[in-house]
Amino acid sequence: MKMRSIPFLLFLFPILFTFPFLPSPVLSASDLILAKVDRRVSLLGFRSLSLFFTSHCHSFKLHCQGFRFSFQFQNQPGSDLRIRIDLTSQIVRITTSLKVENTGSDVVSEILLSFPENQANHLAYLKATLSEGKGKVKPSAGAGLPVEVVHPKDLPPALTIYSVSLPKGLGKGDSLTLVVLAVLTHTLQPFPEKINQGDIQLLLFQESAQYLSPYAVKVQSLTVKLPDARIESYTKLENAKLQGSELKYGPYENLPPFSYLPIVIHFENNQPFAVAKELVREIEISHWGNVQITEHYDIIHAGAQSKGEFSRLDYQTRPYLRGASAFRRLVARLPPRAHSVYYRDEIGNISTSSLWGDSKKTELEIEPRYPMFGGWKTAFTIGYGLPLRDYLFGSEGKRFLNITFGAPINQLVIDTLFIKVVLPEGSKDISVSAPFPVKQWQETKLSHLDIGGRPVVVLEKNNVVPEHNEHFQVYYKFNSLSMLREPLMLISGFFFLFIACIVYTHADISISKSSASYLAKLQWDEVQATVQQVHSIISRCLTAHDKLETSLYDLSRSGDIQACKATRKSVDSSLKELSKELKLPLAFLQSSPQAAQILPKVEELVAKERELQDKLLAKHTTVVDCYEKKLGGREIENRIAPQQQKINALKQEIDDLMDVIDEI
Amino acid sequence: MAASDAHSGASIRHAFGNVLGFFILLLIGVLAFSIRLFSVIKYESVIHEFDPYFNYRVTQFLTKNGIYDFWNWFDDRTWYPLGRVIGGTVYPGLTLTAGTLWWMLNSLNIPLSVETVCVFTAPIFSAFASWATYLLTKEVKGTGAGLTAAVLLAMVNFSSSFVPSYISRSVAGSYDNEAVAIFALIFTFYLYIKTLNTGSLFYATLNSIAYFYMVCSWGGYTFIINLIPMHVLLCIVTGRYSSRLYIAYAPLVVLGTLLASLVPVVGFNAVMTSEHFASFLVFIIIHVVALVYYIKGILSPKMFKVALALVVSAGLAVCCAMVAVLIALVASSPTKGWSGRSLSLLDPTYASKYIPIIASVSEHQPPTWPSYFMDINVLAFLVPAGIIACFSPLSDASSFVVLYIVTSVYFSGVMVRLMLVLAPAACILSGIALSQAFDVFTRSIKLQLPSVSGQSNVDAGEASSGNVVPNDPVKTDKNEDTSKERTSKKSKKKEKEHVEKPVSKSQIKKRLLVLPLETSIIAIILLVLLGAFYVVHSVWAAAEAYSAPSIVLTSHSHDGLHVFDDFREAYAWLSHNTEIDDKVASWWDYGYQTTAMANRTVIVDNNTWNNTHIATVGTAMSSPEKAAWEIFHSLDVKYVLVVFGGLVGYPSDDINKFLWMVRIGGGVFPHIKEPDYLRDGQYRIDSMATPTMLNCLMYKLSYYRFVETDGKAFDRVRRTEIGKKYFKLTHFEEVFTTHHWMVRIYKLKPPKNRIRGKIKKSKSVQNKLENKLEKKRTKKEPLLV
Repeated sequence: MKMRSIPFLLFLFPILFTFPFLPSPVLSASDLILAKVDRRVSLLGFRSLSLFFTSHCHSFKLHCQGFRFSFQFQNQPGSDLRIRIDLTSQIVRITTSLKVENTGSDVVSEILLSFPENQANHLAYLKATLSEGKGKVKPSAGAGLPVEVVHPKDLPPALTIYSVSLPKGLGKGDSLTLVVLAVLTHTLQPFPEKINQGDIQLLLFQESAQYLSPYAVKVQSLTVKLPDARIESYTKLENAKLQGSELKYGPYENLPPFSYLPIVIHFENNQPFAVAKELVREIEISHWGNVQITEHYDIIHAGAQSKGEFSRLDYQTRPYLRGASAFRRLVARLPPRAHSVYYRDEIGNISTSSLWGDSKKTELEIEPRYPMFGGWKTAFTIGYGLPLRDYLFGSEGKRFLNITFGAPINQLVIDTLFIKVVLPEGSKDISVSAPFPVKQWQETKLSHLDIGGRPVVVLEKNNVVPEHNEHFQVYYKFNSLSMLREPLMLISGFFFLFIACIVYTHADISISKSSASYLAKLQWDEVQATVQQVHSIISRCLTAHDKLETSLYDLSRSGDIQACKATRKSVDSSLKELSKELKLPLAFLQSSPQAAQILPKVEELVAKERELQDKLLAKHTTVVDCYEKKLGGREIENRIAPQQQKINALKQEIDDLMDVIDEI
Repeated sequence: MAASDAHSGASIRHAFGNVLGFFILLLIGVLAFSIRLFSVIKYESVIHEFDPYFNYRVTQFLTKNGIYDFWNWFDDRTWYPLGRVIGGTVYPGLTLTAGTLWWMLNSLNIPLSVETVCVFTAPIFSAFASWATYLLTKEVKGTGAGLTAAVLLAMVNFSSSFVPSYISRSVAGSYDNEAVAIFALIFTFYLYIKTLNTGSLFYATLNSIAYFYMVCSWGGYTFIINLIPMHVLLCIVTGRYSSRLYIAYAPLVVLGTLLASLVPVVGFNAVMTSEHFASFLVFIIIHVVALVYYIKGILSPKMFKVALALVVSAGLAVCCAMVAVLIALVASSPTKGWSGRSLSLLDPTYASKYIPIIASVSEHQPPTWPSYFMDINVLAFLVPAGIIACFSPLSDASSFVVLYIVTSVYFSGVMVRLMLVLAPAACILSGIALSQAFDVFTRSIKLQLPSVSGQSNVDAGEASSGNVVPNDPVKTDKNEDTSKERTSKKSKKKEKEHVEKPVSKSQIKKRLLVLPLETSIIAIILLVLLGAFYVVHSVWAAAEAYSAPSIVLTSHSHDGLHVFDDFREAYAWLSHNTEIDDKVASWWDYGYQTTAMANRTVIVDNNTWNNTHIATVGTAMSSPEKAAWEIFHSLDVKYVLVVFGGLVGYPSDDINKFLWMVRIGGGVFPHIKEPDYLRDGQYRIDSMATPTMLNCLMYKLSYYRFVETDGKAFDRVRRTEIGKKYFKLTHFEEVFTTHHWMVRIYKLKPPKNRIRGKIKKSKSVQNKLENKLEKKRTKKEPLLV
């Protein structure tokens, strides 16, 4: 028993130790308090702040939807303060609504918020908004007031003080309602720290039931929203009430500044404790119409560590009993019109994911490769494309990208977030406007066909929660003509490749122009050309032969002897011309030593052609004669039959020879 | 005018043939590439199977650390605690190729990942391979340019880009040595034939470099260095010796051997193992023959005869002496100088007799007839026709192809894996056969179709005038043609007859080869059908049979596709949730994947270089829990990974491989006896199984708590209920099991204190008490007030 309580005590030590060092105001007389507060304010060095708390007109009010708690600053009757703490997920959300009334005489322009060290270290997000109407304002709505850390000298370092600048000074007697949302990560401590597969995950949360503030509080109350599950234990104060899954403390009235009442809640929470140790979001802008987002996650289940066996059997048969603390899926809400979504890790695609979408959102449900038990890690990558027109805008000659900061995965805590905005090559005058302070620097990235590299804006932020999913802007100048650079590069590349091919095929790149083989090659080329010439001449001869044959055919049909004779004449003359033409190349071939091998074939061809020519002419003469003598068809046939046979044989031989020569 | 017309007609024709050929080549390349993308489309862009993962890991190392670190890489994440010298034991061709590709792309600022480059290396090289096949065929059949060549090209490429047995090894993601080696093999053969045909030293040098690339890429290079000497010997014996043959062979042996010994994994093996001796022997022979030819040239025939008698008698004596010395040398080594895999090629029963580790690999088994049909399909029937075509006429080159097909058929009959070597040969021969067949049929049709029309024409003329003008029917329809048309028509005809030309030049022969019109039309239709059937089969094989990456399994059930991604689930779990230095023991099949995907040190992996180490793991798996725990503990193992298919019916799981573990383990550690695990010679895991079987670690790790899934413990692979259903693990604890139970990971329990039992019991009692007390307390009062 003792053993078990020790961690609790240890746990509270820092808190308990903190408070003795806080200046504790004497609470007996109201004017004394007033003076005290006044003094502290001035000591804190707030140049313009002079909040005077008077007993009649000083109030803080806190509104939270549906839940009311009153914190009372001691000397401000009527003021109230409500705190609501949401512990349903791994992220602790503390919504404080304070009604502030200036009871002093000076105009107040800043309000101080204080956090103990253990909270300040885990504070991920702090936003203060002015509630205009009757409260009930969602803390996330509206623009936040500027908040900054201040380091007052006389306060112990254990307290971190944030100062909220009011848009306009709060005059004497004026009041306003301020809603402060503080988001804490890693504040829920698993206890026991190591559990078995079947155990539920129990968490410890410690807070102050009374509002820790440099100001006196009149009425204050605290509600803790717990998940719908077992509550192991909680600090039982007099006015603590447990209603369903809500735990209420207070109201406390007339609290002095820096009052503190530690409470500890030990409860069951099996929500996914997905923490990204590191998330790198790469946003690549392509002016061809796409914004490509690639997110590299490095996830760990940051809840109670799993120990002992993992039995798949138990997990499969009773998943909610024997794997209650594990989570098996994560849901990412991607922007609408997201396309080409992929989900993979370094060893390939992960098939356990589903995607559905409508006009407002795209929802991607991903399952890691294995169920995530406490302490188990995994790493994966999600990528998707978005239409450029939804995210890129132009103003005053500049373009700017307007896109959300955080991760799309629900309820994910990110320890370190890197955002890399890859701008197109040739972007200039780059500037970033982010809604909260981030570390930033520039890199270059070489990607597809780049020459100088693309400018990359890197933003780094620690401890990111879903509340950080606000838009940020990257401004840059980019000339649209630069878009054409890469296509032009490709076009010119191919162009030069083809040019090079043409040059190569046409250029003579022999090393030695006087070598025997080179000269022989040149001669051979010449011989080839000549042979081609011979070939073409012969083929024209053959065409002429065909004409003769046609004329004979016509004659056989029409019996027009005159036309046939005319054709004969023209063919005769053309054949003569051709045989003249043939002389020159033949003479060349005979003189060239290179042609020695081919020469016999060529000569044979020429001789055969001449023979064929003679036979054809003879046949033609015979046929025409016969017609002139008006002989019958059969007789003509008989007469020319021997010739015809020879002609056919010759034709075939010539055809063969032509083929042979053509191949040379 | 007419002359220039005819000339331009011829050149246009040539250009047309060339352009067509170029586009066919390009399209075939695209086709060869894209048919291998089924795996990417149906599954994903991922590395397949086992060995590719190792190659991928080596490539990653190469791209990250550079070439010098790669040569010196000592890998301490495998074969723990021995490690492995990767740089000196790996064929670096594939890795260097992909690394160079990646480096080139990245220096052009195309940021592709190493994985993407690796996945697509095989398809790219299969496109190269189909081009190389075409080049080789062109050299063999020696056709000119133009359309005939284009037809041949289309046929060869068509068959080579589709052949399923090559697809099986070169789908996208199959990043294995064979992917580039087949290209290197064919290209080396092409350059050899090219040198043989031209007698050019330039090509001979290129040939040696191509051979070097082949040596870098694959152990199958011994096929080249034995086949080429065989062919040279064949040429010499058949009296085909020429200076071209000498130029083709001698530089290859000298340069090739020098270059081969530069590859660390080959090194001095290039001159010291028997696989290379044939080449040296033939090298000597070719020199003797060259000398003889030289002397024959300078001596008169009579003198030559005298000299021959003298030299032959002296030479024979010297040769006998040398051969005797050689045989004595070789015989003195235990494996007779041959490595185990090569020996199993010569004697197919060698491996199963002596080396269980080689026989245990399914791809080292002889293929079955269906697998021949599956892998080369109709090519198997076309090959004999191609062989006949190669004999008319037989040239140096065509005799090489015949020799190639004969040897590769033999080798493929020994090992399934070598079906791959058969594929290009089958493609070449069936490409030749197809193009010859098409040629004959189209020419027959061409010669007879006009005769039909011409005849009717003549008949008409006869009827009208009664006059017959005897015309060659072929010429009749050409009569009207202009000169240009004539040439082009003629050319077309000529092109069609091109191939046939060297065979038969004279008219008579041509006429003899003409087949009846109807027969040829039907035959062409049948050939087209055959081709279509082949395409359908190959596409089916590419899409269904050979595209599965084997690390992701899918099954189609009535409610759609179901994905089994258990392997990567387990590897991802190991990689993220164990310490970086933890050692994982598994059967060697999963070694490469574990090192590559989970990045954990393994005891044994697929590079089965140390039989004893594998036998140790086999022994541990076959031992009872405690003994196994001791073996594993002595190896500093923290996790044991087993693959279990009994729940979903995945047949290639560890229980099915278990007998090999027993055999390999028993080969080194005699206390493991195979009969202990068999009941009446039968391997069973049901109630009839032997107690040794039911108590061994593999059984226990596979079936731990299996009975609780369905209450009966029905094993879907073995189709039986298991023998021992309820048992507990004492020395191991389950730390992870994947979704379908396909991979189960156990952790070795830390060594226990000497005193156990009572203290343990009392402890647990105490714990219970404490728990109760605590609960009471929490109920009573909050811890802190």
